[in-house]
Amino acid sequence: MNSYPISIRPFGRHAVLIEWPNEVAKTILSDIIRYKALLRNHLDPAVWELVPAYNSLTLIKQDTPIDFSTFSEQLKTWYETEEEVASKDHFLWRLPVCYDLDFGIDLAEVSERMQLSTNEIIALHTKPEYTVYGIGFLPGFMYLGGLDTSLEVPRRATPRLKVARGAVGVAARQTGIYPQESPGGWNIIGNCPIPLFDTEKKPPCFVNVGDRIQFYAISRAAYQLCMIEGEVGIYKIEKIKLDA
Amino acid sequence: MLKVLKSGFFTTVQDLGRLKYRSMGVPVSGAMDDYSVSKLNMILENEPEAAVLEITMTGPTVLFETPTHIALGGAEMSATLNNQPIDNHRIYKVNEGDILSYGRLEKGFRAYLAVKDGFSTESVLGSRSMFSPITPKSHIQDGSVVPYDVNKAFEPKISAYKVDCLLGETVLEVYKGPEFSLLNDRQLEQLFGTDFSVAKENNRMAYQINELLAEHRFSMLTSATLSGTVQLTPKGKLIILMKDGQTTGGYPRILQLSKRAIAILSQKKSKDKIGFKLL
Repeated sequence: MNSYPISIRPFGRHAVLIEWPNEVAKTILSDIIRYKALLRNHLDPAVWELVPAYNSLTLIKQDTPIDFSTFSEQLKTWYETEEEVASKDHFLWRLPVCYDLDFGIDLAEVSERMQLSTNEIIALHTKPEYTVYGIGFLPGFMYLGGLDTSLEVPRRATPRLKVARGAVGVAARQTGIYPQESPGGWNIIGNCPIPLFDTEKKPPCFVNVGDRIQFYAISRAAYQLCMIEGEVGIYKIEKIKLDA
Repeated sequence: MLKVLKSGFFTTVQDLGRLKYRSMGVPVSGAMDDYSVSKLNMILENEPEAAVLEITMTGPTVLFETPTHIALGGAEMSATLNNQPIDNHRIYKVNEGDILSYGRLEKGFRAYLAVKDGFSTESVLGSRSMFSPITPKSHIQDGSVVPYDVNKAFEPKISAYKVDCLLGETVLEVYKGPEFSLLNDRQLEQLFGTDFSVAKENNRMAYQINELLAEHRFSMLTSATLSGTVQLTPKGKLIILMKDGQTTGGYPRILQLSKRAIAILSQKKSKDKIGFKLL
């Protein structure tokens, strides 16, 4: 515990950025999540938003400016305390993906470029349990770590103006799902029919930073069924509680 | 009810924004020039979170179907009420059937129309601010109806106010951003010794700047961004994130605009000059 040297810096007058060592590591993410849970005991949720991502945690204050010197000392004290915090439950979510060529519009190109068959790509993409290192870019967009190195395809040279909602992409060392239609430069290999962000739900996004995601391949027929179940709200996402 | 006869270039309902969903990737949204809006809500004796119309570049033509009090602020857009010119920063009583329309953009870029007690459109995730896909529509369209409640008891205490006008200001006060220390002497000299101009790529998400800084090769892990964060791309492009800006980013965050500077920039359009001043 507390084995990391953290840096605390002002980010304008209304935010503070806390940074851990500059690397992608599950142990760092766990420490960020533990510290975030501890801060939640001290910082009023009506005033403070806490945004974790990879090796950082940004604290954003709504109302009056932050007195940085006092607050940063307080943050250090909290980081060093032995205070036990009940950590929030984290889950492994199993999400269906249809890798049909109609959805996986870049599968053929990725296949040729990486010298892998479509089936090999699917096997490599569905094998890992990806770690959610951050949520951002779009509502419900997860930054997933843990992509197999043989699927590390560079971003597309020219981003597309429109990528379909649910599109599953790979780019460099990352994979992820576009929760809404948007512009995007990742290579699209499939589509996930499950809505990842729904303003009608509480909370609107079921995934939290620190959760894990695993994909499983489904047929086109199963995709249609999931889509309909998702729309009427009866689709039940498979989840497994992770050990703390 | 407000009936929108013509919607103008880009008209949206805005309030203070969504303040609790950034960790799920939801931009804050809210009025770009919140300085102007807070003043309008103040003279109308509204709550600070009362929703207004944000009117960009070209104004709409709207018909009031019920009586209320209104006040205009932000950009100067030659507004008329039943064809009579009306001023910013002053309360007007409007009656059923009155028509508000806008003419030439004289100064600034975003005008605001506030009504007594604010517009009462649907609130999604704690805000009425329009942002697709959080709200079904990204902006108001011709023929839209924007509801507000009638407050018969309201008697304005003040009819007008003198404004601390930000429209003419060009200097953006900034704090050092988290990656400020990456800047070399040449980039620093460019940043604080040059006038910059707003690129045509400017909207509620971000303002890009025409002039480039020297290139860099620093890469960082994705981390949180805020409204007013100035990002520097590897090619030296400055991108200033605004109210609908994404909540995380991977470019170095070299500066952070003050809240006042965000309001000043919100009133700038393509080719307008700006400069940075370190606080």
